[in-house]
Formats: sequence, C-alpha cells, structure tokens
Amino acid sequence: MDFNDMRAYFSVIMFALLIGIYIWAWSKKRKQDFNEASNLPFNEPEQPLPVTKNNTNGNSGEKI
Amino acid sequence: MAATSQISPQSYNYDIVKKFTIMALVWGVLGMFTGLYIALELAWPIFNFNTPEITFGRLRPVHTTLVIFGFGGSALFATSYYIVQRTCQVRLWGELMPTYTFWGWQLAVGSAAVSYMLGYTQAREYAEMVWPIDILIALTWVAYLVIYVQTLRRRSQPHIYVANWFFIAFILATAILHIVNNMAMPIGLFSLSSYSLQAGVQDAMTQWWYGHNAVGFFLTAAFLGMMYYFVPKQAGRPVYSYRLSIIHFWALIFLYMWVGAHHLHWTALPDWTSTLAATFSILLLLPSWGGMINGIMTLSGAWDRLRSDPVVRFLIVALAFYGMSTFEGPLMSLKSVNALSHYTDWTIGHVHSGALGWVAMITFGSFYHLIPRLWETTMYSTRLINTHFYLAVVGIILYISALWVAGIGQGLMWRAFDEYGNLAYTFIESVERLHLPYIMRALGGLLFVLGIFVMTYNVYMTIRKAKNEKAEFEAKIADKMATAQ
Repeated sequence: MDFNDMRAYFSVIMFALLIGIYIWAWSKKRKQDFNEASNLPFNEPEQPLPVTKNNTNGNSGEKI
Repeated sequence: MAATSQISPQSYNYDIVKKFTIMALVWGVLGMFTGLYIALELAWPIFNFNTPEITFGRLRPVHTTLVIFGFGGSALFATSYYIVQRTCQVRLWGELMPTYTFWGWQLAVGSAAVSYMLGYTQAREYAEMVWPIDILIALTWVAYLVIYVQTLRRRSQPHIYVANWFFIAFILATAILHIVNNMAMPIGLFSLSSYSLQAGVQDAMTQWWYGHNAVGFFLTAAFLGMMYYFVPKQAGRPVYSYRLSIIHFWALIFLYMWVGAHHLHWTALPDWTSTLAATFSILLLLPSWGGMINGIMTLSGAWDRLRSDPVVRFLIVALAFYGMSTFEGPLMSLKSVNALSHYTDWTIGHVHSGALGWVAMITFGSFYHLIPRLWETTMYSTRLINTHFYLAVVGIILYISALWVAGIGQGLMWRAFDEYGNLAYTFIESVERLHLPYIMRALGGLLFVLGIFVMTYNVYMTIRKAKNEKAEFEAKIADKMATAQ
C-alpha cells in the first residue's frame, strides 16, 4: 500500500466521520442536552463558581 | 440555579478583556485609516510623496495586518476570553499567561507594521512577518491555546457552549496554519531574510492553504463564535437551532481545509486540484448559509428589535453580509468566473464585503453589547451608535459597488479582442478607467473610517462616564457610613 492509498482511505474515513457526527447530532437523545446548552448564555451568575479540584457545582464530572 | 447562591471569592478576569477591547479599537482606527490612505494613493498616486516607507506596496500589508490581526485578532482575544468565562462560569485560567498573550500579541502586530514600512517582509500574503515575529506569534498562540483549554477543562458546566467550539477550532487551526506556512530557513543568524522550506507550486499551495483558511478559521469560524454568543444575548432568546449550529460547525471544519487552491486557478497547479477546490467551495455554501440562517432566525418572534435596537441591527446586517459574501465567494471560485475576476479589483471588493460587512460589523455589534457590561454602565450615546451604523453601511455599499464596477470592467477589458484577434485595450487603458471607481471606493472607505472614529469617541465617553459613576457611588457610600456613625 503506497502513500496515495493512505490518502484515499483517510478521505473516506473523514467522510464517514462527518456522516457519523450528523447522525449523532440528529439523534433524539441529544435534544435535552442541546436545549440545556443553548440556554447557557442565559444562566450566567455574575460571579464565577469557585474552582476546586473536583468541581461539584452542578458538574456531572464530564470533561472534554 | 443552586450554583448561583454560592458566593465566590474570585471574580471573572475582565481586566484582560478590557485591555484587548481597547487595543482592538486602537488598531482598528490605525488600520482602517491606513486602508483609507492607500485607497487615496490608488486614486491619486501623488499621495506617495516619493517616500518609500509610505508607498502602496509597503502600506498595504500594514493595512491588512493591522485590521486582521490588530483589530480582528484583539477583538477575538477579548470576546473569546469573555465568552469562555461566562459560559463555563469559571475565572480564566492563569494570571500571568493571559497578560503575556496580550503583550505578545500587541508586540507582534506593532513590530510587524513597523518592519513592513522599513521594507522587511517575507512576501507571503497575510503572513508577511519576518521569522522572529513568526516565532513570537507562535509562542503567544500556544499560550492562548493552553489558557483556553485549561479554562474549558475546569468549567463548572457539563456542556461546552457552541461558541467555544468555534473558538477552539479557530485557535487550533490558526496554530497549525501559521506554523506550517512559515517554515523557513533564515539566510543568516542575524538576518531577517529567509527562504521558504517549500518551493514552486507546493509553496504556492501551502501559502493559499494558509491564506484561505485564515479566512475560514480566523475571519469566519472565530467570528461565528462571537455571533453565537452575542446574537442570542442581545436578542434575549437562545439560538434558533442548536442542532443546526453543531451541524454547520462540523461541516465548516471538514470542508474549509480543501478550498485554498481556488486562489490559484489557471496557474501551474494541476487541473484536478483546481476542480477539487472549486467543488468544495460550492459545498461550503451549505454550512455558511446554515450559520447565517441560524443567526438571523434567532431573531424570529422578535423582529421589532431590528427597529428599536441599533446593536441588533449591527449584528443582523453583519449576518446578511456574511450570507452575501459566502455566496459571492463560491461563485468566484468557479474556474470560468475566476477567469474573469482573478487579478481584478472584484477580488478586493469581495474581501471587503466580508471584512467590513461581516467581520467588522459583527465586532462592532458585539462590542456595543460587551463594553457597557465590562465597565458596568450604559453606552454614552445610543444616537452615536445609530450614526455609526449608517456611516458603516453606506460606506460598505459604496465601497463594494465601486469595486464591482472597477473589477468586472477590468476583467472584460483584458479579455477583449478586436476584429484581427489583437487585444482591444492596452493595460494602461484599463488602469486609466479605474480612476473614478477608485475615488468612489475611497469615499466609501472614508465613511467607514468616520464610523469607527464615532465609535471610539462613544466608547471613550462611556468609560469616562463609568469612572464618574463609580466615584459618585463610592462618595455616597462614604457619606452614608459617616452619617451612620
């Protein structure tokens, strides 16, 4: 397999990934999350939350 | 929310946001004025005054650098630092690092401008900086990335608001583009000159891969991040469709990287590369218009705000220009249209409908929302915001229509043949014809520059007002304390 084949496979994988993201974004399960996220600009406290090692203020523990 | 009842010992880092906001305006005034000056030089070359430092060739990169990196870049630092703190509900990570990004960035922009006037350039469009400045930019940018990611990591929310996705893509992509495009070997340890690592058509491809993605990620994705926060905030309602924002985000990310070669149609580039770039440029219409529709429809049900709120007007007109220039762009990327438009002033007109109409207008709108909140007051004058709006819009329309006339005329003259198959016009005839459109373009530019002067005055008075109000408030408190004792 030469390098140009790799390029072709890479393009196909990227395309599949994009389609995958679309399916993920359209799934019904996302609706609740998206609603919460879209309201983030309106739930801002005037002071930031304190930073602790394990931030527990409404944090589900999920990180990027 | 339970979280809001907690009292935090820390506050948001607004200091860094304020610094970048003010510098954005300073660079904006300088950069746009330089633009006006070189427009006058084109209309009346006498404005050169036979001084090499202020000829068009040297001042043009000064103009582009000051407006893109000085004005646009500082505005993006300011708004991204503000948005990431507000939507993650944590203080910006680090204390020294953000300050370093501020001084590093200002030094890079300032030294770039001075070096161009002195004649130091590596002659890559929008990346003219000589190698020591490139290194400074790379270091500053990595610090920016670290600050942003660390702030996101310690967010107190499970979600990362969509604006932050746009900003993180912008920071990451700009780092990659900047580093790859500026790979060069200095000709000596103490020389500012260098050789590019690539050669020939690969070098041109790399440059336009960089150049177009600077448009895609710096001037589009990042300002969409701004849009996704400030449009909902100013309209008082969440974004029209959060799902659409995710969809069009990923479509932009996957498509943009392919289109740079449309800047090189009809050159030594392989034909298939040209066609591929044009195809992806047409595909980009979908996410671009998805984003525009999403922004404009956020106002759905509150259309009256367009009449009553000049800030909303700035934001929505910005989106309209975004839609228009992302329609014009794919059109111009078609090989047949490009054969007419390339090397003409149509291209410059197109860039400015995006840069003035979209980038600058969305920044102005966002700043009019941001500045009163940073200094905890209201804008000094709403009438002046209105004045700025009309100056800017009339200026842009004059500017781009002048260059449509100029550019399409140029293209037609260059390809016109007489009955014997000779070129119908000499080159200088096509130059002479530009005189009137160039005057009209300079007039449009003048109105736009007047607009940012009005804004700067308004902001200056707002900050002064805020200081007075604060002093009065403190005096009142002191008074009360004294009488209570």
